Amino acid sequence: MPRHYQISALEATWLIRNQELSCEEYILSIFERIDKTEGKIHAFITLLREQALEKAREVDKLVKKREGQGILSGIPIAIKDVICTNGVRTTCSSRMLKDYVPPYDATVVRKLNSEGAIIVGKTNMDEFAMGSTTETSFFGPTRNPWDLNKVPGGSSGGSAAAVIAEDVPLALGSDTGGSIRCPASYCSVVGLKPTYGLVSRYGLISYANSLEQIGPFARTVEDCALLLTIISGHDDKDSTSANLSSKDYVSLLKEDDVNGLRIGVPHEFFGEGVDDDVKDTVWEAILKLESLGCTYDEVSVSSVSYALAAYYIIAMSEASSNLARYDGLRFGFRQERDEGDWATVYAKNRKEGFGAEVRRRIILGTYALSAGYYDQYYLKALKVRTILRRDFERALKEFDVLIGPTMPVLPFGIGEKIDDPLTLYMCDVLTVPANITGYPAMSIPCGFKNNLPVGMQIMGKPFDEETVLRVAHLFEQNTDHNLRRPNL
Amino acid sequence: MKSNTKNQITREEIEHIAWLAHIELTEEEKKIFTEQFNRILDFFEKINEVDTEQVPPTYHVLGIINVERQDEVGESLPQDETLKNAPKKEDGFFKSPRIV
Repeated sequence: MPRHYQISALEATWLIRNQELSCEEYILSIFERIDKTEGKIHAFITLLREQALEKAREVDKLVKKREGQGILSGIPIAIKDVICTNGVRTTCSSRMLKDYVPPYDATVVRKLNSEGAIIVGKTNMDEFAMGSTTETSFFGPTRNPWDLNKVPGGSSGGSAAAVIAEDVPLALGSDTGGSIRCPASYCSVVGLKPTYGLVSRYGLISYANSLEQIGPFARTVEDCALLLTIISGHDDKDSTSANLSSKDYVSLLKEDDVNGLRIGVPHEFFGEGVDDDVKDTVWEAILKLESLGCTYDEVSVSSVSYALAAYYIIAMSEASSNLARYDGLRFGFRQERDEGDWATVYAKNRKEGFGAEVRRRIILGTYALSAGYYDQYYLKALKVRTILRRDFERALKEFDVLIGPTMPVLPFGIGEKIDDPLTLYMCDVLTVPANITGYPAMSIPCGFKNNLPVGMQIMGKPFDEETVLRVAHLFEQNTDHNLRRPNL
Repeated sequence: MKSNTKNQITREEIEHIAWLAHIELTEEEKKIFTEQFNRILDFFEKINEVDTEQVPPTYHVLGIINVERQDEVGESLPQDETLKNAPKKEDGFFKSPRIV
């Protein structure tokens, strides 16, 4: 019999609804688990114990009266601290926003609340979601639950670590260049970056707005589909939200037509810089899918080699614009004493409020957008983006999904790469194409090397999350990688 | 491999760009950033290998243009909520530093 904190979100919804599990006991078990693991992994910035328990007691009352239950009634969830929660501080892991309390909920949070989900805490991340290790957090790094000396990936490292540590069955992250898929891979959980426009970004604190999406983390594909069903859909408050009818991704999983599904394997995803250990593990997984009735063929997406440079130019340019709002006047960090004129005060607030990586990206983005360099960097990168989109569109005409590794290397040591920005950027080489094109992509556990997890990336056609999820589900149902847990 | 003669960014240029971005840097940071930026910009040169003649830029992947709605007054935040996160305020206003 699994302990309460170990059960899946989908199962917990049935148990609570049928009064086989008291929501209060469930949430108590969740916080006992968090108390046990948090000192080791540091996944959270803020915990909402009292609020969560109060809400759990309300759920129990409603269940007894058989009324007012949402789809996620009583299910605990962790939210990345880049997503605004009304009345609960939302820091972006930055000194700039360390005391910022949003006066409104992000649309995804509003949807979760109205379906009865219980937010247990806000998770740690790289400052302003800029990073792939969760080391740049003002509140200190999150540790990889599989090896406490290794990074959990990032930027949504806290969310991924909390899910595999069994602190919570579900979490939300955001993905601008791999920030959901990278930590999903490094922590051995399921993580999905939806098609750009599927999930509202209202209340997501912007880093690079044309690239990023909010998405789900879970320990099973089914739970991931459940959370996606709740958070997706059109929102008037986000002008980049796609106007499509909503889908029930959980029931779409059950449609059994994976037979003959065509997998494209871009050989650029297995190129220079990708560890042999990673390549071998992912190839084994592809062969497993073949044995389960899929077909595969190699394909070339040659423009991938330009994706990383184009991504960083676009992301930094957008960051320099989006982060211009932090002046320390209306909200955010402000020095005690104003010294000098307005521009000097502004520059000092931003010096003290932002960490090194954030400042690096703002300054480089300002450079890429400045007179004389705009055509050479920003505009050129946007044209390369068009070429990438055409390339992937062509590849996905022949295939239903594209599969490769999520990360080129296994999880590395805390402190190992943090002083060398360019080497760290290189780790995003396989995840950024999905952000540049806007296409959906997910990472699922596909094996272990040296007791460290390897993630497989499945990329699909725009707004065809159901096929991506179905392939992931097929693999998960026939393997046991997703059942392994770290010793904590 | 290409030599990094093409786009050497100088310490003076970084000072200028940082000023445009309103970010103060320490002397030490100016030194480190100059070295790091040159390596990163060198890497960015990679996109110049792509022929983009006749290729339009993609600013946005969805291709949505001008999303409109009815011009109706909706809910808005009360003044005290709006000012709640301001580090300095006075008489219902944000308090800014000296402008001139």
